[in-house]
Amino acid sequence: MTQPIVEIRNLSKAYHRGGQVVPVLSDITLDIAAGEFVALMGPSGSGKSTLLNLIAGIDKPDGGTLHVAGIDIAGLTEAQLADWRAEHVGFIFQFYNLMPVLTAFENIELPLMLTHLSGAERREHVDAALAMVGLSDRMEHYPSELSGGQQQRVAIARAIITDPTILVADEPTGDLDRASAEDILNLMDQLNSELGKTIVMVTHDPNAARRARVVRHLEKGVLTEE
Amino acid sequence: MHFYKLILRNSMRHKLRTGLTVLGLVVAFLSFGLLQSIVDAWYHGAEAAAPNRLITRNAVSLTIPLPLHYREKVRAVDGVKTVAATNWFAGVYQDPKNFFPQFAVEPVPYFSMYPEYRLQADEFAAFVRDRKGAVIGRKLAQTYGFKVGDTVPLKGTIFPGNWAFVVRAIYDAGDAKTDTSLFFFHWDYLNETMKQRMPLRASQAGIFMIEITDVDRAAAISEAIDKQFRNSIAETLTETEQAFQIGFVKQTESIVIAIRIVSFVVIFIILAVMANTMAMTARERLREYAMLKALGFSPGYVAGLIFGESLAIAAVGCAIGVGLTFPVGSWFAAQMGTLFPVFSVSGQTVVLQIVSALAVGTIAALLPARRAARVRIVEGLRAIG
Repeated sequence: MTQPIVEIRNLSKAYHRGGQVVPVLSDITLDIAAGEFVALMGPSGSGKSTLLNLIAGIDKPDGGTLHVAGIDIAGLTEAQLADWRAEHVGFIFQFYNLMPVLTAFENIELPLMLTHLSGAERREHVDAALAMVGLSDRMEHYPSELSGGQQQRVAIARAIITDPTILVADEPTGDLDRASAEDILNLMDQLNSELGKTIVMVTHDPNAARRARVVRHLEKGVLTEE
Repeated sequence: MHFYKLILRNSMRHKLRTGLTVLGLVVAFLSFGLLQSIVDAWYHGAEAAAPNRLITRNAVSLTIPLPLHYREKVRAVDGVKTVAATNWFAGVYQDPKNFFPQFAVEPVPYFSMYPEYRLQADEFAAFVRDRKGAVIGRKLAQTYGFKVGDTVPLKGTIFPGNWAFVVRAIYDAGDAKTDTSLFFFHWDYLNETMKQRMPLRASQAGIFMIEITDVDRAAAISEAIDKQFRNSIAETLTETEQAFQIGFVKQTESIVIAIRIVSFVVIFIILAVMANTMAMTARERLREYAMLKALGFSPGYVAGLIFGESLAIAAVGCAIGVGLTFPVGSWFAAQMGTLFPVFSVSGQTVVLQIVSALAVGTIAALLPARRAARVRIVEGLRAIG
């Protein structure tokens, strides 16, 4: 295994609901190598999305350590985490989460607004990303004018536009028909195999999980098998 | 650039909702502007007052006249340039609802104190020559269609009997504050008639209009005038024209206060409507705000989107409301006739409208922006818009 890009040691997380503490993740230890394509599987409530959220830096652990690209992200402040996410994480959501008032081009360009790139440089990057996901001819379309599969491809283009360290995908095919899901999985496969992108994907779908190089299972907040 | 694009496009996402909110804002700011202008119109007399004019009246009450012979004593006070006996007439033209102010004045001294009443020399000379002549303002002439040479019959109330005056001159406004709804006639004509009809009420002036030579000595001159009549049968109270006018308005101050309160209540109501709109808007977009934060946008950026949208909607409503205040104000003034002789939308009113719009836009966005800025990304992404 090459140097891990994600190093998780004894990670734990619990939620507090109505005065009760509900443990979600317990003593998770996991390494993800750079360039790996990992699928996290498990039943609902097993903690796989929580683990993904922790890796993506949008939630904080209660215990343990979590290093991504050598940075202890559990120790970062909210503002530092925001900057870190902008630089290191690309998000692919189940429901795409595109801005409905922005065109495909503008949605993809959105993360670049946090960089110091000029307008011309941003356009160059967005054009390349659009070409990669095969939507160059739809750049002026709004999300409502695109199919689910096309919207997810826009979301993928947005996720990779800043060349992040890691891509996190939460049920990326969960809202798509079989054909569109295959397209998206092919695209993710391509990102991993051709561009060497590290991908961590949460999925219920065994077909989707089969595309990953590594599949990890979670059961009641514990990693069970490899 | 995306920031402003997002604000603009977000504000147009629910066209009906935004349109109705803007409509509410337009009505609110228009109403606010009109009500403020009515308050201004109430105070126009005080604003139009000149600092070199004093008014001497009976210290007990404005309704009790002063002996005419006081005029010479007042004129003798150091610093007094001109004195004119003046009476409020309160006649009725055809119907009591046809109200316009009428004053009996001594023509030459009185009009010399009011250079803002622009009169043609030949017309004024004709007025001075004709004891039954009258000078009227342009607005009054337009309201009732009076022309030079027309006879205006008035039924006396304070001074009983039927009176008839011939319009000899029409004056125009020297500035925007000048009231052109007034009616002037000869004080001598009033006095001579009263001598015949009610001799005991003759040779009495309602007030003395006084012009002074040095505005800085207004207080001292006032004191000197009143000192002359201290312990007399009719003690006097002398004050600046502005103080006199403010005192007059204060008699109806409760109405003015009520109008002011209503104008701000209107703003408060639209603030509540706007706050509700922005709260709904922010709640619906919680997932988008969470996504933006996940991408690395700061809570301040997210709050800025909501503040920007709220301020943009308030600005559009305010701009249209302010724009409509002028024509609607003109129409309103025309409908009111001579009730509000000087009705205009002041710069101060426009500034108040703009400040109110800024306050509405900002306050309405406060809680929604705070909520969106503080939403936990994980929870926001689960939100259903």
